[in-house]
Amino acid sequence: MAGIPSGHFVLLSRRVQARVRAYYDEEFDEGAAPSVHFENVGVRYGMGPEVLRDLTFSIEPNSFQFLTGPSGAGKTTLLRLILLSVKPTRGLISLFGEDVSRISKNELTGLRRRMGVVFQDFRLLDHLTTYENVALPLRVQGKDEGSYRAEVVELLRWVGLGDRMHMLPPVLSGGEKQRAAIARALIVRPDLLLADEPTGNVDPSLAKRLLRLFIELNRLGTSVVIATHDFSLMDQLNVRRLVLGDGRLHIDE
Amino acid sequence: MSRMNAPQPRLKRAAPQKEQGGAKRLPASLSRNAPLVPVDSAGGQALAAVIAILTFLAALCAGGAELVSASSAQWRSEIAREVTIQIRPNPQRSMEDDVARAVVLARQTPGVETAQPFTKEESERLLEPWLGTGLDFKDLPVPRLIVIKLKEDERPDFGPLRQSLQKDVPGATLDDHALWVSRLSTMANTIIGTGIFLVALVLVAAGLAVVFATRGAMAGNKEVVEVLHFVGANDDFIAKEFQRRFFRLGLRGSAFGAGGALVLTIILGLITRSWRASPAGDQIEALFGAFSISWTGYLVVILIALLVALVTGVVSRLTVRRFLNGNG
Repeated sequence: MAGIPSGHFVLLSRRVQARVRAYYDEEFDEGAAPSVHFENVGVRYGMGPEVLRDLTFSIEPNSFQFLTGPSGAGKTTLLRLILLSVKPTRGLISLFGEDVSRISKNELTGLRRRMGVVFQDFRLLDHLTTYENVALPLRVQGKDEGSYRAEVVELLRWVGLGDRMHMLPPVLSGGEKQRAAIARALIVRPDLLLADEPTGNVDPSLAKRLLRLFIELNRLGTSVVIATHDFSLMDQLNVRRLVLGDGRLHIDE
Repeated sequence: MSRMNAPQPRLKRAAPQKEQGGAKRLPASLSRNAPLVPVDSAGGQALAAVIAILTFLAALCAGGAELVSASSAQWRSEIAREVTIQIRPNPQRSMEDDVARAVVLARQTPGVETAQPFTKEESERLLEPWLGTGLDFKDLPVPRLIVIKLKEDERPDFGPLRQSLQKDVPGATLDDHALWVSRLSTMANTIIGTGIFLVALVLVAAGLAVVFATRGAMAGNKEVVEVLHFVGANDDFIAKEFQRRFFRLGLRGSAFGAGGALVLTIILGLITRSWRASPAGDQIEALFGAFSISWTGYLVVILIALLVALVTGVVSRLTVRRFLNGNG
């Protein structure tokens, strides 16, 4: 139990506490199943050449890593593989210890609820306010609005969107949209966070602040993968780097 | 891999301070409960209009069928309550005795309220429309009628009466109008059946319109559906969202349609009432009754409106489920 982060833990519901405990027992007492495990994974689009090949790596629970590489190296494709929105043409992918090649749609939803994702193009819903966008992952789980209102507002204030709560995304600036997208990914405190260029549209001081948010989340038990080619961001942290180049993966411990 | 130990304020520990500052300003609900699937106003309005028209037609069909069913029940009960005995003249027998005997026999039958013989003059008057007035019927063998009124809601068995008439009053025939009633029933049932069939057709048409509209909405909201999937919505949740939206649309359309049909019925009722004295009005009233539908008629129209809305919701949900299953 020593590994469970304190602080906010007591505020979680019993059910979630039990899940977190089970998770920690499984992860630390019996040899952890990695959050993500790839084995000889390759992807090609149509009849083209393989854009990613021979990917073999693991993302451990509660780890923090950058995914980097030049533009077009396949960072986004790799994230989409983990999100199960792109199917590998060969190889094996398992998420949280579960082989995903033949999972049902319900299991897929279950896995996605354990993942938070920040898209490069934000993917906010334009007809919902910032608040509603951030609350969306909780709403689709059928939770009552009263149960998460304070939490969402708090997170919005933390990312500096406290006074943008009622605005629709089209009137937000690029940086504001990005922060809303990040908040949406963080709100469920996922087991795995995937962020595609999460600091691409913000100034360095805000980038630092957002990075701190990711670190905080990591400390609460989330594995974090940040895809970026911003070296100044990566230099702020001495963590594992997954480097994509030429369709292959090189790991920089 | 290094663990971060940066001295930032912890996310959650910061919460109470922020809460104190913001609690008063926090509105009761920040969510407008906006539909997750954006409402495409142009397409939505068109669908609502189609549903309104279809419901209007269905309500008219159902209302008409109900009208016919009610007035045919009225006819039938009136005709079925009356039975006649016809006595053909026979030179070897006394007509007056036969009539008196038949009346006695009829009155003995259980369920009979009255048995009223037509006098000779009354019987002759019945022939006037065909033969003209001022004729001397003395030489003409005019049959005599006995009109039997039955007690309300009673269908006695006429077998014994028929037998005793045959025995005691040869030349008497009993007519219980069964043929007429069955013909009327067939006609009324045909009209009612046609009405039900038309309502069913309208429901199918509404369903098909919803299928097309839903598929269009799904294609137009592909991005939204994808995001909903990524944030952890399952197919059932998405299907429910579409169902909610289309049910409301359907309810609005069908309420307009049914309301229109009811207003039309009321107006027609008023018009026929003002015509009542005229021959045309009499004709209409003879066919349709008073042209005011009963409360069952209103109930049927409201039921159809609800049914159309329900079909709209359920069909859109099924369409979404199929669409999502077909597209991974």
